[in-house]
Amino acid sequence: MKNETTEMDIKNDTVPATSAKAVIEISNLVKSFGKSEILTDLSLSLYDNENLVVLGKSGTGKSVLIKCIVGLLPSDSGIISVFGKNVLDLNSKELNDLRQKIGFLFQSGALYDSMTVKQNLEFPLRRIKKDLNEAEIAEKVNEVLENVGLADALNKMPSELSGGMRKRISLARTIIVDPLIMLYDEPTTGLDPITSDEISSLIIDVQKKYKTSSIIITHDINCAIKTANRVIMLKGGKVYQEGSVESFQKSTDEEITAFFKLN
Amino acid sequence: MENKDLGSTAIQKPPMEKTQPKKLQIALKEKTAEVNNFLTSIADLILFVVRVVRETFSRGFEFNEFLHQCFQIGYKSLPLISITGAIMGLVLTIQSRPILVDFGAVSMLPGMVTISLIREMGPVITALICAGKIGSGMGAELGSMKVTEQIDAMEVSSTNPMRFLVVTRILAATLMIPLLILYADFMGILGCWLGANIKGEVPFVLFIGQAFGHVHFSDLFPAVIKSFFFGGVIGLVGCYKGYNAGRGTESVGIAANSAVVSASFWVIIIDMIAVQITDMLL
Ligand SMILES: Nc1ncnc2c1ncn2[C@@H]1O[C@H](COP(=O)(O)OP(=O)(O)OP(=O)(O)O)[C@@H](O)[C@H]1O
Ligand SMILES: [Mg+2]
Repeated sequence: MKNETTEMDIKNDTVPATSAKAVIEISNLVKSFGKSEILTDLSLSLYDNENLVVLGKSGTGKSVLIKCIVGLLPSDSGIISVFGKNVLDLNSKELNDLRQKIGFLFQSGALYDSMTVKQNLEFPLRRIKKDLNEAEIAEKVNEVLENVGLADALNKMPSELSGGMRKRISLARTIIVDPLIMLYDEPTTGLDPITSDEISSLIIDVQKKYKTSSIIITHDINCAIKTANRVIMLKGGKVYQEGSVESFQKSTDEEITAFFKLN
Repeated sequence: MENKDLGSTAIQKPPMEKTQPKKLQIALKEKTAEVNNFLTSIADLILFVVRVVRETFSRGFEFNEFLHQCFQIGYKSLPLISITGAIMGLVLTIQSRPILVDFGAVSMLPGMVTISLIREMGPVITALICAGKIGSGMGAELGSMKVTEQIDAMEVSSTNPMRFLVVTRILAATLMIPLLILYADFMGILGCWLGANIKGEVPFVLFIGQAFGHVHFSDLFPAVIKSFFFGGVIGLVGCYKGYNAGRGTESVGIAANSAVVSASFWVIIIDMIAVQITDMLL
């Protein structure tokens, strides 16, 4: 892990000015499975180079939301505009091009079981950055592994890793292609407090170093406090509250205090 | 659909006159839903086949993964197929011998066993074993990849999972299973030689002469053709079941299990159709 703590401690918690460029703009998104409507009329924006933390009870559709953003799940109606392009209108080639700019950390990690850690990390690299040579690929793999503090896991199979290690490897696999937008689905869930803190620092590092804009879904309030530039809370398939971390911490709304008190 | 029968069997409690029509309606609804489900699953399978065919002929074939799958399917099945093939030939020989002795036609033994191996036993038994080993393997592997979001992860890494996982596996199965079947035939003939040697020595050259003396092109050709269909259907069903697994870990088991059952079923069906066609043409 990096030792750039001083840089990380200085953090900007203010809501970006509305003039900031939005990289993702979602309006009136509706998504249902069969008869159950999960997202009802959801609208939000992600601005350039900000960390947007998304809170919400289990089952409110946070994972569904980010899957809609990358087009893994088709939404029923509404507009999802990423870099000015409506995801729903893209053909498969254009969607592929768009996905290359988006990093997606799956809630379950989604490491390829049949491949070693090295092959897992090389997989997106070889497919997205086709012009790299072998030396550059090896260098990149080592770099991200060091970033997540697991340089010695290179030749292990995913089944040999602990839950937290898997999470970190999948984070490494996500950042290896230098995405412009990062979608983190519960990056710290199931990790010990120290590792969680390191992951939170890493998220800030990534934001600073690669100028990424991120949506961070989390239940971990410490992670939220540390990484967030702005927080939104989902409820009933809509945005329930939006604001800075401070405004959430000061809030007297029961729904919100319940979230912050538990931790 | 015999709705009257269904109405009475679907109702557990003693029927009351007033509620009878309502219960009948419910039972009817359930049955319609079942039929609908069946029809949608058939439509699903057809759509899957169409997608597979389209992806097979689109640009960007995953050649490395195809080779890897050929290795996985072909090479890794060799020990199993060797043993079962040899035993198949041995058992057929031992079982047929007494009858042929009765008819005084023991010299026909190698020829008879070879023909039944090449025409029927080799292809069908090997295909059924492959349905168990390869079909279930694909169902379980793709099913667990689906459940643990690995297929989604591939998709966001700019990889078409249909092309990378499904097309390569189906093509590898279509190519490797016929080869495995030919290999099983060969091992079966060796097993037959072993069986022939249990009672009295049979020189290998003489044995081969007797074994292939009666084998014609028309025995081998239809068998090879149907082997390709066996391979294709095993790959297709295995991938279909795995790729369309539901959410939750129990779906992996269901996918693997139903892959074996359906693949074996289709092997038998194709065999029956193939026999009819061969019978008509030759
Ligand atoms: N592919 C799917 N098919 C059917 N239902 C789905 C699917 N994906 C999600 N759901 C349903 O959508 C709802 C929201 O799921 P989602 O995974 O988005 O929750 P979440 O907010 O991420 O919760 P958690 O914090 O537990 O991860 C759940 O009720 C789930 O059952
Ligand atoms: Mg989730």
